[in-house]
Amino acid sequence: MSDKMTLNKSLLIPLGVFSLLVLFLALGFQLKNPHLLPSALINKPFPEFQLKDLHDSEKIRTLKDFSGEVALANVWGTWCPNCLIEHPELLRIATEEGITIYGINYNDDVDKAIAWLMRHENPYEFSVVDNEGILAIDLGVYGAPETFVIDRQGVIQFRYVGPVTHAVWQEKLLPVIEHLRRSESE
Amino acid sequence: MLLGCGAQLAVAAIDAYPFPDDAMAARYDALIAELRCPQCLNTNLAGSDAMIAQDLRREVHRLLMEQKSDQQILDFMYERYGDFILYRPRVSVATALLWFSPLFFLLLAAVVWFRMANRVSVTRALSAEEQARLDQLFTDSDDQ
Repeated sequence: MSDKMTLNKSLLIPLGVFSLLVLFLALGFQLKNPHLLPSALINKPFPEFQLKDLHDSEKIRTLKDFSGEVALANVWGTWCPNCLIEHPELLRIATEEGITIYGINYNDDVDKAIAWLMRHENPYEFSVVDNEGILAIDLGVYGAPETFVIDRQGVIQFRYVGPVTHAVWQEKLLPVIEHLRRSESE
Repeated sequence: MLLGCGAQLAVAAIDAYPFPDDAMAARYDALIAELRCPQCLNTNLAGSDAMIAQDLRREVHRLLMEQKSDQQILDFMYERYGDFILYRPRVSVATALLWFSPLFFLLLAAVVWFRMANRVSVTRALSAEEQARLDQLFTDSDDQ
């Protein structure tokens, strides 16, 4: 009788191991893309910066130049092919949706960047020159493009890594922006 | 999005930053070996040619020159890049599984080992009565 009991218990071991395995795999596969880092900056104020304006090297832009509206900050560079992919959508967001977009021109050549914006049109309210990645590092950026949603208080509410396509706008950015507008107008 | 992670092997960094003394240069080498390149999955800052790795190496150099401590530099990186950037992640709710599961499995193994060891000792020496019976069985089979 007692032999039978221990036999039953030991049968539970493979089941336990299997359950653990399932748990680990479930957790592992949830991190769908290991390239996507969770941002450490959500719900933190947009970092302070003092950087030159792309189109006017005399002008130093700071956080005070942000308008206090719900806006996007977009990290871009002419060397970044995905920035070109998202560019038409950024233009559409800026013109049709009326969302202010601030550009952070990351690790780029100023002349090339100005020419790039001439050729492909400029969706940005203004762009700052971040040649050494000072602001980019403060933002925890690890590539480009990256897009941040900033609320009226200048707090980062959302971050999207990768090209902002129309689907990304509709599924990710727009809900956040609408939520912010709704909650802040109350 | 991808900046390219070239040169997985050894040290790709040839930026050669100037340091006032060897001690600080050694701290620089230790820090860029310990910090993970955010763009690459399995390369430290020292071994990566990704643009962000170059920028972060410059940042580590700058912070060292500002007389920041190693801890302050690791904090700086942690605040911006989170757990990902540290090859030795900090103990938190999110990393508890990572830190304590080996200990859990070690304990589990100890329990299993202990129980199996006990089971072996069940094969104890025969009692006098049983020994006599065994001898009897052997002699019986010898007779045949």
